[in-house]
Amino acid sequence: MERIPIYQIGNVLLVSIQIDLQDSDVIALQDSLSERIASSSAQGVVIDISALEIVDSFVGRMLSTIAGVSRVLNARTVVVGMRPAVAITLVELGLSLPGVETALNVERGMAMVTGSTAAATASDTAADANDDVL
Amino acid sequence: MTFSDEVDGQIVAIETDADVVRVRQAVRALAAQAGMSLVDQTKLITAASELARNTLIHGKGGAAHLELTRNESRAGVRVVFADTGPGIADLTLAFEEGWTSGTGLGLGLPGSRRLVDAFEVDTEVGRGTRITIVKWGR
Amino acid sequence: MGSAGYEQLVADLDETAVLEAWERNLAGSVRAQVAPDQLRAELSALYRAFVAGVRSGDGTRSNSFDEVRALLSELSTSRARRGFSPTETASSVFALKDALFEVMGVTGSSDQLELSRAIDDLGLFTFERFAAAREAVILNQSEQLLELSTPVVKLWDGILAVPLVGTLDSARTLVVMETLLQMLVDTGSAHAIIDITGVAAVDTQVAQHLLKTVHAARLMGAECIISGIRPQIAQTVVALGIEFGDIATRATLADALRHVLNQAGYDVVLRPDRAS
Repeated sequence: MERIPIYQIGNVLLVSIQIDLQDSDVIALQDSLSERIASSSAQGVVIDISALEIVDSFVGRMLSTIAGVSRVLNARTVVVGMRPAVAITLVELGLSLPGVETALNVERGMAMVTGSTAAATASDTAADANDDVL
Repeated sequence: MTFSDEVDGQIVAIETDADVVRVRQAVRALAAQAGMSLVDQTKLITAASELARNTLIHGKGGAAHLELTRNESRAGVRVVFADTGPGIADLTLAFEEGWTSGTGLGLGLPGSRRLVDAFEVDTEVGRGTRITIVKWGR
Repeated sequence: MGSAGYEQLVADLDETAVLEAWERNLAGSVRAQVAPDQLRAELSALYRAFVAGVRSGDGTRSNSFDEVRALLSELSTSRARRGFSPTETASSVFALKDALFEVMGVTGSSDQLELSRAIDDLGLFTFERFAAAREAVILNQSEQLLELSTPVVKLWDGILAVPLVGTLDSARTLVVMETLLQMLVDTGSAHAIIDITGVAAVDTQVAQHLLKTVHAARLMGAECIISGIRPQIAQTVVALGIEFGDIATRATLADALRHVLNQAGYDVVLRPDRAS
């Protein structure tokens, strides 16, 4: 049973995480997303975490895994809306989310994934830079 | 290892995934009471989430004891995670493991330690593990 | 604090006489700066609470003296805020001792000694509260100063700048970090220029804080560039072995702005019809 809905907008999958996830939900989301990416031949996945007050290593690992899975399936994953307190904590924790591209919000994330030039140029620099380890 | 010496505060059992969420919520409530800034609350709750998960998975289940604490100038939150699991065999190694790619290896202890002000580990192979963390508010 | 065999001593005294003597014994400066009515009310309330505490037979740090300590706390805190010296405030308590002995006459008995010690302890307590109140004022002021001196400005749509000036310590750098990151979200900006032209010196800790800020901004989807790196600072950075990795850096704010505008997709064009 899907606690977190996955929306499809054109060729892009959009997931908005609104609740405090328990580990089993995280695994379920990872499984559903992987399956949807494959079955819909999506060109991109935008994961909106703007409602998340906490991102720990379990969620972080899920985000990195989805990014990897999508890459293998020829799609691009962008994580958007990370809160400042969460970003500061992840840096302190030493989690660099390798392979995960990021953007400020859903709009820019969508632009990045669909390759729309205007907003994409602004976020591209941020995207490529996330591949390094801290 | 259990909570024979803890009197005040609350105890949250950690036996399922949902319990890890319960620990996060309980820690959040106390952190707010201690007047912690948003960033500090986030750090504490994240550390608690990591350690609660450790208790569940490595410790084979246990419990967390949470309480407000004070020193001369500030209020803070103390959380003790205890389990009667296998214990940590090599503490030095556990603290050396960097949490780089987050591939699920290691206990994430050095990372969690950086998020809090005080961090103590009491562990013995065959007896269990007890980890105490403290974070101060303003 | 030991037994209170002095209960009887105190119980036998005439309250009015003690209060009169106490007021007389107070430091001239306190009497001058606090209105007589208010002063009398304060002393009266304190004395009554003190007698009640003494009657219990418990020590001065016990629950029976809670009200005395609460009143002394209030007194110390308000005096601290009004600029009285800690001595003036504590000596108001010691003046009670003089008043009591004046009214009962000095005998040097062990009970009188105990009474003396009890009041000394209350005087010390007053001093402690005073110090705590003063610290709180200083902390508050320094926090306000911190906020004022770390502005984040908008240079252009989607481009923020943080001009850092002066010495950077841990506390200040943390405030800057949090303010910048929040503003990136609030303004929807994907670029920030952190300018350190005005920074006196950069040590390992400051550099680490800056690097953490940049990495946190990246996780949020924004890119930072560090500008204003003077030759001396550049040499320090190299000597300390600090690696900026792939974080962009520029010598001047102008260079950084040129770079960021380009990254953000802008072309800056000089109009052919410019006047001058």
